[in-house]
Amino acid sequence: MQWAPHTEADSQRVLQELGLKSIDDLFAHIPADVRVPGSLDLPDPLAEIELTQLVDALAAKNRSSLICFAGGGIYDHYLPPVVRSLTMRPEFVTSYTPYQPEVSQGVLQALYEYQSMVSELTGLAVANASLYDGATAAVEALNMAVAATKRNVAWVSAGLHPHTRQVLATFAAARGIEIVEHPLVDGRTEWSAEAGTEPAAVMLAQPNYLGAIEDFDAAVSLAHDRGALAAVSVDPMTLGVLRTPGSAGADIAFAEGQPLGNPMSFGGPVVGLFASTMDLVRRLPGRIVGRTNDADGRVAYAMTLRTREQDIRREKASSNICTNQTLNAIAAAVQLAWLGPKGLSDVGEHSIQKAHYLASRLVELPGVHLLHEAPFAREFAVRLPMDPSQAVLAMADRGFLAGIPLTEHYPDLGNGLLVAATERRTKAELDAYTDALKAVIADG
Amino acid sequence: MAKPAGLAVSSPLLGGGTEPTLRELSSPGRTASGFGELDVPLEKLDLPELAEGPLALPEVAERDLVAHFTRLAQRNFAVDVGAYPLGSCTMKYNPKICDWAAEHPGFRDLHPAAPAELTQGALEVIWSAEQILCELTAMDRATLQPSAGAAGELTGLLVMRAYHNEQGRSPSKIIVPDSAHGTNPASVSLAGYEATPVPSNADGMVDLEALREMVDDDVAGLMLTNPNTLGLFEEDITEIARIIHEVDGLVYYDGANLNAILGVSRPGDMGFDIVHSNFHKTFATPHGGGGPGSGPIAVVERLAGYLPGPLVAKTADAEFAWVTPEASIGRVHGNHGNFLVVLRALTYMRALGGQGLRAVADHAVLNARYLSHLISDAYPVPYPKPCMHEFVASAAPIKKATGVRAMDVAKGLMDRGIHAPTMYFPLIVDEALMFEPTETESPETVEAIAEALHQIAQLASDDPDALHDAPHNTPVRRPDEAAAARHLVLTWAMEE
Repeated sequence: MQWAPHTEADSQRVLQELGLKSIDDLFAHIPADVRVPGSLDLPDPLAEIELTQLVDALAAKNRSSLICFAGGGIYDHYLPPVVRSLTMRPEFVTSYTPYQPEVSQGVLQALYEYQSMVSELTGLAVANASLYDGATAAVEALNMAVAATKRNVAWVSAGLHPHTRQVLATFAAARGIEIVEHPLVDGRTEWSAEAGTEPAAVMLAQPNYLGAIEDFDAAVSLAHDRGALAAVSVDPMTLGVLRTPGSAGADIAFAEGQPLGNPMSFGGPVVGLFASTMDLVRRLPGRIVGRTNDADGRVAYAMTLRTREQDIRREKASSNICTNQTLNAIAAAVQLAWLGPKGLSDVGEHSIQKAHYLASRLVELPGVHLLHEAPFAREFAVRLPMDPSQAVLAMADRGFLAGIPLTEHYPDLGNGLLVAATERRTKAELDAYTDALKAVIADG
Repeated sequence: MAKPAGLAVSSPLLGGGTEPTLRELSSPGRTASGFGELDVPLEKLDLPELAEGPLALPEVAERDLVAHFTRLAQRNFAVDVGAYPLGSCTMKYNPKICDWAAEHPGFRDLHPAAPAELTQGALEVIWSAEQILCELTAMDRATLQPSAGAAGELTGLLVMRAYHNEQGRSPSKIIVPDSAHGTNPASVSLAGYEATPVPSNADGMVDLEALREMVDDDVAGLMLTNPNTLGLFEEDITEIARIIHEVDGLVYYDGANLNAILGVSRPGDMGFDIVHSNFHKTFATPHGGGGPGSGPIAVVERLAGYLPGPLVAKTADAEFAWVTPEASIGRVHGNHGNFLVVLRALTYMRALGGQGLRAVADHAVLNARYLSHLISDAYPVPYPKPCMHEFVASAAPIKKATGVRAMDVAKGLMDRGIHAPTMYFPLIVDEALMFEPTETESPETVEAIAEALHQIAQLASDDPDALHDAPHNTPVRRPDEAAAARHLVLTWAMEE
């Protein structure tokens, strides 16, 4: 395949105009010692049909049709065709960052609507136009808190996603920010007020990684008593049921936004949601769209607060972000508008009811126990009488992606398995899952 | 009379006015979704932390939702709509077969926590893309976790820091050319380094004398694009790398301009140690209105141990496994990066193969050289060495003669169905207009862009106000960006 339209005659005509004899003349000024002498060790070109065969063959090596009970931020929600249909519009897919507002009103207004709905969803005054994912959004939340408080320590709940904590550690190390982890006790964070230096941020997930619903007031008042910002990671699909970070007094909300309109995609591209109080608006990371008027007084949208950004401030910029996840944010906006207030609470309610039904069935199995007594929403942790990684492989043979083993990140919890439900899971699937797990445990 | 806005009779194609917001379209009780009856026994759950009431999300019917976003789409320019010669952004055509691959249920419906045994195809995609990227750049290992170029830069700088730490050194400065993209100095600061600019010489290249003078033991490394942001190949690149290596600094390749040298020249052969690649530029993955991108980092063997983990390894029995390098700087993404973007890029790489990738560079450079040749009479190129895939022209003579600025020229292009070039960058060119036609425009399109630019140059003399007031054919005209920053309206709620 080749997507340059040039025929040999086209190229010759242009070369002639340029006074050149051959394509190689275009590169004559490149020193010989850094020019590739022959051709590289790369595969041969493929025709489009051969490409489809290649991709089909690779895809066939994945077990993507397993009935999904894994979560941990990425969930198998129903994706209405309307979302895919609208977000595959080439005007959204093939445009660049909307630096030229006159020819980018579509993307700009879609992002403005996304910001508006993320603000509503989190109960906070302002939101940005998206970040890469939930984990990198956590890094930006910490950066924001460090800048706002001039402090250098983060208090982080062990209930924040383990990968998010790893990403936080990667970036905090480079900037000399200390991370103090607060443990989970019976599923919920036990905040230690004696954790040393005053923190810039108190960071937690609601619900946390083990599915438990945290005590919001305890975390937020701890943060505010210590002069820190409360930064909360949320599961967006629970926010039609659970209270918003804003209503709980949090300063920053961030989230893995995949459940809103984006397929699981092996974890990317997804979208990082980010919102804050109005006090922090000038420290928001990433792109922000504002509403204004044009030269003829018409409503118009443009990127705003640009003076925080790298292309203007260079080394003094508060964030280096250039490309973010616009198309995924548009998908989230379409999904939220498709759901509406009723749909969002239905999805949350159904997911929660199904998770509780499944939990009640699973604890009937011999040797299966809930890992904690704390109330949970649509995800819960169980202890199995066997290695959960082995259980996941055995369950795959029976058609299920059973969940996420907790052994790597929470070894103290023993044979833990994290199990999630969404509104997509039918009662028949929940029952079949229970039967399959029973058989797997019996096989040992 | 303007047609009413926001109804199913107000297509912008047919003169429809301002598009209302979803909130304005909202009507209580309307809905697009429905979830039926719960099929498990309803349990009375006594959950804490419950919401006080429903959220104020829009309430719209699916028909109006679809019409709204379709009208928004019609208010947006894109590569699929027309020429997009936006310099340094490589707005080439994004093949549909790559979209098809990214929509494949075998990848789209894959959960990232599914173990390697159940996701061998996905691991093979990552491994294969890494192999091809390393061959094209003469590097040894790569991570595909960074989500975009700037994330890649920061990752590369953290790798640099980890390397120096292990050598027991903590140099503080990163040298960045004065013509560099803004993400370079911003990433340098975020990585805890200090950005030190090196000036360009009269030819638009790194000034070697100035570089030699500023290099000392406190230099951790240098970041460079090659071709540089003027579209010029840094001919002294091996000497630049040698100077930095002499003080045990590392040389970082910003892959923004990799399109120009695919199969022609390789960063590893030039002496670079770390390379980031923008898959959303060079490997034709669509920009999505500002993401998702993908900004992998490839490194030479001695740095491979510091890469973010996990990486994909091929095992003895030809299976694929996740392995985290021992001295890894840690994760930089919550999952495996923008995986479907990587899949798109791999599909593109395999479609073109070795010959096709080389032909990309050939046609990209040919088109840029041709456009530069066609317009330099009216828009001189201040650094006239032969350009690679892009070039920077100047509207300074037009401004001097007529008062029409680079910005006005760009807005005039929009009226002629062509996206603006990159303006006022790099900063070392007065009234800069940076053009990158890319390889996927035909010679006829390149000629049409040149023709439009000549029309604009003529109009600047005849009727400069027509350009000061441009664009005239777009949905809005010169939004008041100063007012937008002064009086912030970032959400529907802030409209009141």
